[in-house]
Amino acid sequence: MTMREFWASVRKEFLHIFRDRRTILIVMIMPVIQIILFGFAVSTEVNEARVAVCGDMSDPQVARIVDRIDSNRYLEVTGELSAPEEIEGLFRRNGADAAICFGRNFGSRFHDGRAQVRIVGDGSDPNTARMITSYIAGVLQDVQQDADISISGEKVPSMTPVVKFMYNPAMKSSYNFVPGVMGLILMLICSMMTAVSIVREKETGTLELLLVSPVKPLWVILSKLMPYLVLSVFNFTTILLLSHYVMEVPVNGSIALLSLVAVVFVVTSLAIGLLVSEISSSQRTAMLICGMGLTMPTMIFSGIIFPCESMPAVLQWFSDIIPAKWFIIMVKKVMIQGDGFRSIIVEFGILAGMAAVLLAVSIRNFRTRLQ
Amino acid sequence: MNTGYAIHIRNLVKKFGDFTAVDNISFDVRKGEIFGFLGANGAGKTTAMRILCGLSRPTSGSGTVAGFDIRKEQEKIKRHIGYMSQKFSLYPDLTVRENIRLFGGIYGLKDREIHEKTEAMLDMLEIRDAGNRFAAELPLGWKQRLSFSIALIHSPQIVFLDEPTGGVDPETRRRFWELIYDTAEHGTTIFVTTHYMDEAEYCDRVSIMVDGRIAAMDSPAGLKESLAARDMDEVFRIVAGRAVREE
Repeated sequence: MTMREFWASVRKEFLHIFRDRRTILIVMIMPVIQIILFGFAVSTEVNEARVAVCGDMSDPQVARIVDRIDSNRYLEVTGELSAPEEIEGLFRRNGADAAICFGRNFGSRFHDGRAQVRIVGDGSDPNTARMITSYIAGVLQDVQQDADISISGEKVPSMTPVVKFMYNPAMKSSYNFVPGVMGLILMLICSMMTAVSIVREKETGTLELLLVSPVKPLWVILSKLMPYLVLSVFNFTTILLLSHYVMEVPVNGSIALLSLVAVVFVVTSLAIGLLVSEISSSQRTAMLICGMGLTMPTMIFSGIIFPCESMPAVLQWFSDIIPAKWFIIMVKKVMIQGDGFRSIIVEFGILAGMAAVLLAVSIRNFRTRLQ
Repeated sequence: MNTGYAIHIRNLVKKFGDFTAVDNISFDVRKGEIFGFLGANGAGKTTAMRILCGLSRPTSGSGTVAGFDIRKEQEKIKRHIGYMSQKFSLYPDLTVRENIRLFGGIYGLKDREIHEKTEAMLDMLEIRDAGNRFAAELPLGWKQRLSFSIALIHSPQIVFLDEPTGGVDPETRRRFWELIYDTAEHGTTIFVTTHYMDEAEYCDRVSIMVDGRIAAMDSPAGLKESLAARDMDEVFRIVAGRAVREE
């Protein structure tokens, strides 16, 4: 067995991939589409929410609050209304995401505690509305506190909770779905495509042709896995670049550690793909097993759609056997929280263990099937 | 040992659980001989052939293929045999040149050798213009002759042909056999399975497997004489008719 024989079959595998438009489409375009789809269509984040103001703008107290709202990162003052009745029309035209209405004589009543202010959110999108109104309320609280200090000269003890979302102050959904999409794509490329490509050769019988050649069975398999390993490196890089430069997800941790985690996950997925190819007799079956058995659980348990924590206990236990879950947890920790290896050691151990077991089982199965 | 024989098989048995697919067969194939391996579907042909090709281990029995032990030296056997099956011998989504290059590569040929072989092959088969066409686009007869040539790319001592000419007319089959004769004349042993009795007539010797055993083995002329049959068709019907096993 020489390397030349191995590379000849790797080369062929790449030719298959580049000849098949469907494959190319899945490999090159899907990560981009998924990132963009989840990023812009399924977004629940608040970014420069438009706030309309209704009140006496010549009132210095009002002007100060409006100023502070405008300078808030996530809010932006976009218009003035002369009467609260105009809010509804504005929301209907999608002219603003929220409105703030100051009562009559707001400034003069401000210090005796009779000043009135109303925050109106667009309830047709409850999640976003809740988030925007809480930001505006936060600004008001800040103003109130500052005012208390400037009057009494000391800080009045107050029980106002200040809510802050660490690592993700804007509650950007991309922080959640980028690791999920990463898991999904790598899983799909490595498991589904490997399984389908091996089963295809089983179907057409060409696998026999490779096995009757002097290339050892193990190397035949490695040469089939190899291109998908390369493709997943390519995809991993694409997703990372896209999420960093387009979605502005920070990469706080070590890229080397992130890559190591990805490699372990890729090996796990390749082993699953190999196993699927052994148990399925047609490309359709292989695709079905991967779609229903791998992609769906990955979608469900990866936190792209539902948070794992709100699931029934049984489903949570079940989610533990999904390799993607551990990968996604680690990506979140390393990429978003900037944690080091020590904090992911448990998850890493579990995933590496899964990789070892799956790889051993699939290679053993493959060998016995040949005899 | 057995240097006169390309294939030398003694008491070969292959069992799958309770089922005995190959039941104690013994035979020899001389170097440069064209040996027809006949039998109905399910007679055990394919199983026996897989063992000879180093794809499967026998349950018991012994033998050599190209001088190498069928139990212990499977890797060496694979290096010294060629294999072709009509059903699946080319990758349809690769071009003719890419197919040749692939098999040259996995049989360990150097780039320069592959290049030379490719040009020689395209000339010999008179398909020079089709070199960059996808294998899927070739007529079936061309595909078969191309896969046969590819099976010979590493100059094997023996070439196994598993029903090489399915689905083509007798004229195309005859042209294919010219290629086989040519190869055998140069000393390569041909081991061929077939359903077509006109092909069986072309062989130096044929064996007919029935229920996992070799029920008859001789030259086509010898078989016809001993069974008083007009042609190989009749020979096959008489011998295979003794089968008790279901297909």
